[in-house]
Amino acid sequence: MDFRPKITVERYYLYYGDFCALRDVNIQIPAGQITAIIGPSGCGKSTLLRTFNRMNDLIPNVRVEGKVEIDGADIFSADVVELRRRVGMVFQRPNPFPMSIYDNVAYGPRAHGVRNRAKLDEIVERSLRDAVLWDEVKDTLNKSALALSGGQQQRLCIARALSVQPEVLLLDEPASALDPISTFKIEELLRELKKHLTIVIVTHNMQQAARVSDYTAMMMLTSEEERSGTVIEFDRTVTIFTNPRDPRTEDYVTGRFG
Amino acid sequence: MRLRYVVDRAGKYLLLLPAVFSIVVVFMIGLFTLLEALPAFRQIGLGPLLLGSVWRPTMESYGLLAMIAGSVLVTLGALVLGVPLALGCAILLAEVAPAWFRAVVRPAIELLAGIPSVVYGLFGMVVLVPLVREVFPVPGNTGFGLLSASIVLAVMILPTITNIAEDSIRAVPREYKEGSLALGATHWQTIVRVILPTASSGIIAGIMLGIGRAIGETMAMIMVIGNSIIFPQPLNDNPLTIFLSQARTLTGNIAVEIAYATGVHESALFATGVVLFVMIILINRLAYLLIRGRLLTLYGGGQ
Repeated sequence: MDFRPKITVERYYLYYGDFCALRDVNIQIPAGQITAIIGPSGCGKSTLLRTFNRMNDLIPNVRVEGKVEIDGADIFSADVVELRRRVGMVFQRPNPFPMSIYDNVAYGPRAHGVRNRAKLDEIVERSLRDAVLWDEVKDTLNKSALALSGGQQQRLCIARALSVQPEVLLLDEPASALDPISTFKIEELLRELKKHLTIVIVTHNMQQAARVSDYTAMMMLTSEEERSGTVIEFDRTVTIFTNPRDPRTEDYVTGRFG
Repeated sequence: MRLRYVVDRAGKYLLLLPAVFSIVVVFMIGLFTLLEALPAFRQIGLGPLLLGSVWRPTMESYGLLAMIAGSVLVTLGALVLGVPLALGCAILLAEVAPAWFRAVVRPAIELLAGIPSVVYGLFGMVVLVPLVREVFPVPGNTGFGLLSASIVLAVMILPTITNIAEDSIRAVPREYKEGSLALGATHWQTIVRVILPTASSGIIAGIMLGIGRAIGETMAMIMVIGNSIIFPQPLNDNPLTIFLSQARTLTGNIAVEIAYATGVHESALFATGVVLFVMIILINRLAYLLIRGRLLTLYGGGQ
């Protein structure tokens, strides 16, 4: 399989005020694959993920240095609204809006100016089908999304993210609040989605990374004094889990620390 | 061990005392007002009292409709002017303004709540009334009237609505905001389509509290509304000139006349109080239903 980079990160630094949270991150995220970001708590996995759709912009006093490109175009000079349409995100805790299932999925297209009811119907159905939720909710589209189970809510959030036809889907520990069956469904779904999408998933769960991802990025703190996060190793998932180059990666994936 | 137990029990009852006291006081005031109003209800009758538009105690004519209209219209005017202003402030403070701006403006708005209403009245009398007279040169416009009163009242309810609306906007889970922005919605779309609908029950609560304060306001109203016992009506062909009309509020009616009222007249003033009481209870009830309905549509299983 040839390696086509979708996202390129070079010498990337992120600061909260004076504190350097991400230091010298270099990584290429392959297109059409699932990339897992693993590493101990507080090593900046979510911060790196939130770089790709510039969610970190919401935090005051954040400053970045270095290069982050999607399809060769710098994301920091791009229009952030358009960037976020192209780079969808699913959060740790399911966060459907307090409105109907239909309105949740139609929210994105409406925000981007789709008014036509038939067109919206079509988008809602396609997105829910893609998220393998359609059969469960097709008769209750007008019910509050908050009445769904946690696993259904998370798949609804995936459907909502798919509704604006993103090229990249970021998932921040999407299954950490879910039971094993819901988790399994979501992992299956991701394998299906990567046919059209580039997927980046942050996970605490080593087995999940091994099961679902094609590539894995291992993150770690640089040192106890600096406490900055960085990517120490990036490779095919099989390699990371069976024959890592860095001894710290080996320690982590074999459960010796972290 | 035993002593600790006794103190625990005693503490519970000690805390119960003020709670019971305040309930008893509210109940007694209600009962007292109602009892004092009974002769009026008996001699005048509920119909003429509520629906009669002529209030002329010397002629034994006690109709409250003009004052009810005055109270309702001035409150409506205050809402039309005050709610957009308060909501705008709340959105600005909660979502848009930087921290230093909020640190300056929020205390300033809270300060508005601390100004005595007689000072508002004074300001209205000296500044607003002449201004309204100058700006709208309509025959019969004295400046005293519903418009001046509405403006004063709008400023008075501003802090109540702003504070509660801001708090409820801040209480909207960050996940909703992030979810919306992550879909490529703009900040403004996020505010209008996710944050405000989610905060709406709190915003409604704030507006209702504002209405309660507006209907009960007395001193400032007496000073700027003119107090003529007339049913407010337009001064010319333009129906909006009704707001240049003088009026009297229910509260003003009591405050202006109680000093010299005796007999049925006095009792009719207590009846005015009962009408006020009922109006405020109805508004609270309406608020409760609106908020519950809103919460049900947001979080309920149905619809």
